Amino acid sequence: MSGAELGARLRERDLGAAPAALNLLENRAPARRGEIAALLAEVAPRRLGGEAPAHVVGVTGPPGAGKSTLLSALVRVWRERGRTVGVLAVDPSSKRSGGALLGDRARIDADPADRGLFIRSMAAGERLGGLAPATRVAAQALAAAFDVVVVETVGVGQSETEVAEAADTVAVVVQPGSGDVLQFLKAGIMEVPDVLVVTKADLGAIAERAVRDLRAALRSLGDPAPVVAVSSVPPVAGIEELADALDERRARLDLRAARTRSRRLGALADYVAEHGERGLRALGGRRAAERFLAEQDAALEGPALVRALEARAAG
Amino acid sequence: MRDNPHMSHRLPERDKPWMMRTYAGHSTAARSNALYRGNIAKGQTGLSIAFDLPTQTGYDADHELARGEVGKVGVPVAHKGDMHTLLDGIPLDQMNTSMTINATAAWLLALYIVCAEENGIDAAVLQGTTQNDIIKEYLSRGTYAFPPAPSMRLIADTVAYTVEHVPRWNPVNISSYHLQEAGATPVQEIAYAMSTAIAVLDEVRPRVGEDRMGAVFGRISFFVNAGVRFVEEHAKLRAMAALWEQLGRERYGVRDEKQLRFRYGVQVNSLGLTESQPENNVQRIVLEALGVTLGRNARARAIQLPAWNEALGLPRPWDQQWSLRIQQVLAYETDLLEYPDLFEGSKVMDGLVAQLLEGARAEMARVEEHGGAVDAVPYMKASLVESHRERIARIESGEQVLVGVNRFTETEPSPLTEDGGILVVDPAVEAEQIAALEQWREARDADAVRAALDELARVAGSDENIMPATIAAARAAVTTGEWAQCLRDAFGSYRAPTGVGAAAAGGRAESEDVMALREEVGRVADQLGRGLKILVGKPGLDGHSNGAEQIAVRARDAGMEVVYEGIRLTPAQIARSAVDEGVHVIGLSILSGSHRKLIPDVLDALRAAGAGEIPVVVGGIIPEADAEPLRAAGVAAVYTPKDFELTRILRDVVALVAERNGIAATA
Repeated sequence: MSGAELGARLRERDLGAAPAALNLLENRAPARRGEIAALLAEVAPRRLGGEAPAHVVGVTGPPGAGKSTLLSALVRVWRERGRTVGVLAVDPSSKRSGGALLGDRARIDADPADRGLFIRSMAAGERLGGLAPATRVAAQALAAAFDVVVVETVGVGQSETEVAEAADTVAVVVQPGSGDVLQFLKAGIMEVPDVLVVTKADLGAIAERAVRDLRAALRSLGDPAPVVAVSSVPPVAGIEELADALDERRARLDLRAARTRSRRLGALADYVAEHGERGLRALGGRRAAERFLAEQDAALEGPALVRALEARAAG
Repeated sequence: MRDNPHMSHRLPERDKPWMMRTYAGHSTAARSNALYRGNIAKGQTGLSIAFDLPTQTGYDADHELARGEVGKVGVPVAHKGDMHTLLDGIPLDQMNTSMTINATAAWLLALYIVCAEENGIDAAVLQGTTQNDIIKEYLSRGTYAFPPAPSMRLIADTVAYTVEHVPRWNPVNISSYHLQEAGATPVQEIAYAMSTAIAVLDEVRPRVGEDRMGAVFGRISFFVNAGVRFVEEHAKLRAMAALWEQLGRERYGVRDEKQLRFRYGVQVNSLGLTESQPENNVQRIVLEALGVTLGRNARARAIQLPAWNEALGLPRPWDQQWSLRIQQVLAYETDLLEYPDLFEGSKVMDGLVAQLLEGARAEMARVEEHGGAVDAVPYMKASLVESHRERIARIESGEQVLVGVNRFTETEPSPLTEDGGILVVDPAVEAEQIAALEQWREARDADAVRAALDELARVAGSDENIMPATIAAARAAVTTGEWAQCLRDAFGSYRAPTGVGAAAAGGRAESEDVMALREEVGRVADQLGRGLKILVGKPGLDGHSNGAEQIAVRARDAGMEVVYEGIRLTPAQIARSAVDEGVHVIGLSILSGSHRKLIPDVLDALRAAGAGEIPVVVGGIIPEADAEPLRAAGVAAVYTPKDFELTRILRDVVALVAERNGIAATA
């Protein structure tokens, strides 16, 4: 099936097109670039008549914080609310072999007969920062078909920055008793997310203390981001509140501005991955490149922006 | 001299032999009962019940996950009626029964108690063991059902209950056995077993009060493994005895010498049993049995030996008889039981024990740093995957010799395996069990069942001991699946860590072969345009994930993108993951003997999902007679334990992906 056909099917909210669309978007062969551009053109704002209506949610946090268990519960709530969900779970790759173990983190519980839920693991590859090379465009494509698109990454301190660029809202997941996130927030190493989630609320006092500490830190930073305590094991608690909190943050967002910024940053990252620092110098440096992108049509999709950058560099 | 046994080189009278058992059970309760009676007639002195996987994981025979597994690796026991049939004609007031049961141990113990009660036998005289060690299920064996905290509560509840009401019962058999099967070194086996025992005892302590801890301590027994390095294995047992006594004195204030004694049963090593030249397994088993009987100060209380053909499939009654006879020759023909401890004062033995103790104490401290055995499950799991990988690398390189496998492989054809040489469970058993189950449900008092389950749910949500409500449910004719579902609703479900993600890359396994394979993976991936993606799946209830984990880790080291989602997946889940994940190939692992049903089910599910073109390879204990029908059904390749070179298997897999995607082989 051609890229244009896959893109059209996604635009028509045919969820069955997702696996083949992802297979194509992950393809790095130069010969497939045209197909990928055609797919993305079909789901671009110009073709959709506006931004894709999906809520793109970034979920990140240190390993072992309980992200997958939380996601299982969150996905259940979204599905109960009648929303279709696409999950992109990014796992780190081995620096030595280039190989990756995917989906190893406790797998998201899913009913295999549920057509409204799609889960895809992606290997982060050589790129630093948390996202796999195709994650941004994959999120953009799925956003045309699903009601909710989740981008899940592992890490703390850097990963949420890239996730924030690809997602409408970001939830950082914290395990009670581990001080990393608190320290990173205070030190400004980490940007304040839309929602901070404290898992394992069933632990009681430790979880309560973690919530208090995070709230105090946010107050001193002057940020009103909510802190939600959740328990993903029975008695399940806090998941509905988390879903509501994310929706509320999303509702306040200037979606067009956020998505436009996301596409432009993604295009620049793709351009740099392809042409390196030399390519960046040909554009007059990063600032100049960003200024140039800011002048482009806000509705242009990633590959079109990369082409524009390449044309500019070629002079 | 003969007056003082400590000064003599002979005992005043010959020791009584240990208890002899055979781990047995399959098909149905009635057929297993016949097997038990036969074994007892042959001189077996205790019972060891093998339950099938649905019973072990808390599903009735008609549950989706039970498909293909009913009666395979053990006997299905769905209710007290099955328990009556299973034990028919066996005097429970005299028998000593060991039950390999964990997640559902409280339930099977209740069925046993009710069965005795309805035969007019008081629970106070019952003797036996429930394995009831959940930590090693998370680490190795995979038949867990509930999350760690409620699982530990169930264990503590059974301990607190039996110590008062079934005082001759061993409620927990801390199992280091399965850790060795998962690749544990002797030090890891000692340390993780002792750490698990601490977790159990600490959980029990607040339930019984300090004054009963001696009685509790005295009833905790162990189930250990013994490998073919039998001198070191013997030292391991002496080290465990020393640690156990120290633990009792220092941590739990136990003073009574009898209560402080380290009591253990053994099943000797299966991991080292080979499919190639399987007759060699007989001498391995004999030497391993020696390791646990040789020194009187650390001799096993109960022994069950595997059969020579375990790596081929399920043993037949004759195969099991052979293993029982090994025990009998050792106990009755040799002079082993005539002497005091052979190693007292031995420099070699003392040195070995000291070395193991030092290592074990350090490893126990590491587990403690991770918050104790329950919280340290991910750490211990990753360490075991690591050790197992080193073991396989040693075998692949030839550094560790396996006779008939990586050395001395020239062989005559074996007359022992001419007719297949294994037991095949009649596939009709599943339908039979389902029909009987439906009859049972119709015949019983539905109101009584409802009331019993309501009470069970209430107790599950409280701090009360789970046993009385469980025993009442057993009396009320509740089924295994109903009991477990009631608790799943209360406790939630759980997936244990796989350990593969944390397993370090490369190391000594980084041979030229792996590097060459990585080159090839890279070449094929370039042609494919994206990473070579493989799904490693374990369909069915079989929790023996060691093989799948090793393949997953090696595939990653070879540069593949590996989707490994752990154990207990339905064919529909595997097919859905394969499609959504866009994998190029699927590797399935099954050791429970359910491959004849489950593999075709996966192929069907793939075709139904429109992914029939994804090639499937299968690994596990697959008898040669089953391999051909699997290939005919569409399986691209079948691997068995004799294919021990993981890199070679993966080279085949990469070639298969290349071929299916029209990628030419390198010149």
